[in-house]
Amino acid sequence: MTVHFKQDEPDNSNRLDGMKQGVLGEPLPRIEGLAKVTGTAPYAAEYPIENCAEGVLVTSTITRGKVTSIDRRSVLSMPGVIAVVDDEKMCTRAAQGTANEAPTQGPKQVCYWGQPIALVVAETFEQARDAAKHLKVEYREEDGAPLDPNAVEPEGQEDETVHQGDLAHAMAEAAHNVDVTYTTKGHASAAMEPHAAIAQWDGDKLTVHASLQMLNYNITELAEALDMEEENIRLVSRFVGGGFGSKLGISEEVVAAALAAKQIGRPVRVVQSRQQVFQTVMRRSETTQRLRLAADSDGKLTGFGHEALVSNLPGESFAEPVLQSSHFLYGGENRELMLKVARIHRMTAGSVRAPGEAVGMPTLEGAMDVLAEKVGIDPVELRLRNIPEQDPEEDLPFSSHKLADCLKQGAEAFGWDNGPRKPRRRREGEWWIGTGMASAARVHNIAEAKARVTLKADGTALVETDMTDIGTGTYTILAQIAGEMLGLDPKQVLVELGDTRHPRGPGSGGSWGAASIGSAVYVACKVIREELAKKVGISEEVLELSEGKTATGESLTDLLEGNDLAREGHYEPGDIEDDYTASGFGAFFAEVRVNHYTGETRVDRMLGAFGFGRVLNAKTARSQCIGGITWSIGVALTEALEFDPRDGHLVNCDLAEYHVPVHRDVPDIEAVLVEERDGAASPIQAKGIGELGMCGGAAAIANAIYNACGARLYDYPMTPDRVLAAMPD
Amino acid sequence: MRPFQYTRAPSLTEASHLTAGEDTLAIAGGTNLLDLMKLQVETPGQLADINRLGFADIENTDDGGLRLGALATNTETAVHPRVRADYPVLSRAILAGATQQLRNKATNGGNLCQRTRCFYFTNIDQPCNKRKPGSGCGAIDGVAKLHAILGTSDQCIATYPGDMAVALSALGAEARISGDKGERNVPVRDFHCLPGDTPWIENVLEPGEVITGIALPAPVGGTQIYRKVRERSSYAFALVSVAAIIELTDGKFSRADLAFGGLAHKPWHDPRVGKCLLGQPPSDALFDKAADILLEDARGFGENDFKIPLARRTLHSVLAQATEGAA
Ligand SMILES: Cc1cc2nc3c(=O)[nH]c(=O)nc-3n(C[C@H](O)[C@H](O)[C@H](O)COP(=O)(O)OP(=O)(O)OC[C@H]3O[C@@H](n4cnc5c(N)ncnc54)[C@H](O)[C@@H]3O)c2cc1C
Ligand code: SF4
Repeated sequence: MTVHFKQDEPDNSNRLDGMKQGVLGEPLPRIEGLAKVTGTAPYAAEYPIENCAEGVLVTSTITRGKVTSIDRRSVLSMPGVIAVVDDEKMCTRAAQGTANEAPTQGPKQVCYWGQPIALVVAETFEQARDAAKHLKVEYREEDGAPLDPNAVEPEGQEDETVHQGDLAHAMAEAAHNVDVTYTTKGHASAAMEPHAAIAQWDGDKLTVHASLQMLNYNITELAEALDMEEENIRLVSRFVGGGFGSKLGISEEVVAAALAAKQIGRPVRVVQSRQQVFQTVMRRSETTQRLRLAADSDGKLTGFGHEALVSNLPGESFAEPVLQSSHFLYGGENRELMLKVARIHRMTAGSVRAPGEAVGMPTLEGAMDVLAEKVGIDPVELRLRNIPEQDPEEDLPFSSHKLADCLKQGAEAFGWDNGPRKPRRRREGEWWIGTGMASAARVHNIAEAKARVTLKADGTALVETDMTDIGTGTYTILAQIAGEMLGLDPKQVLVELGDTRHPRGPGSGGSWGAASIGSAVYVACKVIREELAKKVGISEEVLELSEGKTATGESLTDLLEGNDLAREGHYEPGDIEDDYTASGFGAFFAEVRVNHYTGETRVDRMLGAFGFGRVLNAKTARSQCIGGITWSIGVALTEALEFDPRDGHLVNCDLAEYHVPVHRDVPDIEAVLVEERDGAASPIQAKGIGELGMCGGAAAIANAIYNACGARLYDYPMTPDRVLAAMPD
Repeated sequence: MRPFQYTRAPSLTEASHLTAGEDTLAIAGGTNLLDLMKLQVETPGQLADINRLGFADIENTDDGGLRLGALATNTETAVHPRVRADYPVLSRAILAGATQQLRNKATNGGNLCQRTRCFYFTNIDQPCNKRKPGSGCGAIDGVAKLHAILGTSDQCIATYPGDMAVALSALGAEARISGDKGERNVPVRDFHCLPGDTPWIENVLEPGEVITGIALPAPVGGTQIYRKVRERSSYAFALVSVAAIIELTDGKFSRADLAFGGLAHKPWHDPRVGKCLLGQPPSDALFDKAADILLEDARGFGENDFKIPLARRTLHSVLAQATEGAA
């Protein structure tokens, strides 16, 4: 039985706070943690499947053109080689997140250097990899593919455009104004587990073990790509070794494995090499951004401008949503916002953790620091003065707003010195030391979700959904929600995820996973509670459950009388989305040291204070925050995709040369979780948290660099060469 | 990876014999070679495993120096009490490289022979004169941030990426090499070559020659510094590095052995740089003069132009640190 709940009104009943088990919010360790650290949790490529052949993708060595011939004979005689697959249904790109349709197919048409064009299948991985390098391919190359985003006429994105009042006039009249242009380089998700799939046919039924974030969309994407019915497909992703957006849509290896398995009549495994993952999946677009801020003599904004140029392949719908939080973070009645996309032939641009804010917030918050200096007030104070009463562009209230609390609590916990902020006030040996801060904001997203909860006759519970756990803690928080609602120790709750046999969840992406699927589990549990209350003869509102018993001592097993009680919860976001602007907010504080001679920057300590609704598990929540802050360090200092200027190929495509922060770069990080209940966000009053921790953090570091050594940089990442170039003598 | 034959060399003579063949490479820790084989940058038909040949010890030599077995691991070398006490610049250089896991596996011989990290060298679908003579250099006019500013040629601008050999050059160590023509010693300063017209030749090893050890001279004392500038604090190759052994007598430089990493196709040792310091009291002007000599012929390729001022400043920092209190 399915129970449908559509949320049209805020739910401020905070029912979960009245439950008696007392496990929600507790810092429980991840349920699957032991299996993961002991190597017994199977990842996509690790399922032991008999008679499995190995496929390796062959990728293009031209930028744009057509594959005119593939000489199969060049490899079919090599040892162990079984087949060369170049089916027209193969995908040349991964699907964009929530695309819900097949990604671009037709591998003969080449659109970027490194695009998959065929698959070689052999008995062993080594044989397939060797043969893939030997496959003779001929192309008809089309010269002159545009590669430089700044050298083409970009397309405007109408729905992102805002013209309100007269910004030029406001800038001219302002007591203080800032007009600066920033650049950010591309980023890779660089998840630990490479993209992998094993496909297996049984008649016309297909099973694929894959590493994917959103099975609910992926099954539709795969069905469309293969031109088959969803009913005949089963996707399994029980454990995902990191996604960060790169596994939102089905990618090339999934479709290729399915086609190859069909062609040779055997299961086929395809694992992308580290280089292929970098080169074929998704990049975060590089950006160029102009920020204009007009303020009165007190620093109150009268004008706000943010224009961004991003890029993508021709035909891709995704445009890095750089302005997402700029629309509502600060006031200023004269507004000019604009997003443009340059069509160029680099690999696909798509979602990488915190699409939009990850690069939009660091520039906006850098510009705010420049403004604070001009106005001559503390940067925390500048933010406080500019928190709008309501959404400055739409006539909407905020569902709740924790920015001021985060700024104050964060400043307090960090020991922020709100005295005069002149650069170069502290030096230790060769190192300039300084501090900086920035606001955090990340729009709240929520999605439709279904989950089945079964209260078993033996007094344990089972939660089933095709939702994934990409390392974030979904298994654990769902056991906590069900445990809290049903009065069970979470150990008594078995959570089954990542299998399309289960009800459709929301998928992991856009930070919406926990709030969306948590709400579906909540809805299902609530109805189960109603059934139990009926049996006891009281109303659900007063039913108290803990340790498998009611307040009057009746056990769940007795109440169930030998029967399982199963309900499917179906949560759907309703009209409420049109009534409020909902967002997570926060504040970052950083202390850095900059070497006077070499321009090297090291972060000494960093603190983030975040308000993101109800904390479901203080440990997994904190992990998301400190993970986000770690990514902020990468955005600020080290991460940059480098593309060849002549053919557009990604050059630094492994973990040695694409510099994510390493342990020594990640200092003492503290996360302050600012308690909040946002009834408009979800029935469980939770919001997203997975991305908030990196939405602006890079600016706290950039602002600290300036405070430390006086080098004001407008280009991320702030590598030693750039810091030195801006370093005053 | 091309299928290959694996042979465990039973003796040094046999190892020489095997690696004299065109299609055979020696494998020690494999941390560099196997990565390159997976990418088909290296495609040997046979690997001769030299790991059991025995030259893995670290021993005192008669002249008071130390002999590092070519098969001793980077970790064993860096933590060896005598290396730490008498050759701190070496210990620090090794520890500044790669990661603990890699250093546990990497050998001293393999470290000397590690190949460049040039992006175009490691991508077989791109031109590279070093990998495929005559195919062109992808890095010139390409992404060349890591590339060389000294001793380049119009054929190749790659750097030797290692750290250990930079310290060895400053120390004046010698590589001990064994081949079918017998044994020879080559100063580490002369071990690596400049690219010239033959960028595929990276060092003086002849076919069949195997490095068996590295001889360190008797301890020289002084203030020893290894300074590595990099984009993140670990697990990154040097943008610029400086190995320095500095001694002052009566407030004047009496020893200044300097070598540089990240600047050229080899650890860069220009004797004129140290020499200009000798007999002089430390001063900013003197440090600048040393940098002028070092960088006299430096040439950037756009993206790596920054290495010129960075090398100057890093040298400045190292000399200031080594002479602190004396200036
Ligand atoms: C991600 C990464 C980061 C790294 N970062 C750094 C760094 O920051 N600094 C640094 O210095 N290094 C760094 N390294 C390189 C590392 O130090 C080398 O890979 C290692 O030292 C090579 O030693 P090996 O024994 O594994 O050599 P192998 O891989 O076994 O061999 C390398 C080469 O040397 C030859 N060879 C090996 N031994 C001998 C011998 N005795 N005589 C003749 N030829 C021989 C082999 O034939 C082969 O061509 C890094 C490596 C990786 C993978
Ligand atoms: S710099 Fe040297 S190694 Fe790099 S592409 Fe050019 S020739 Fe090859």
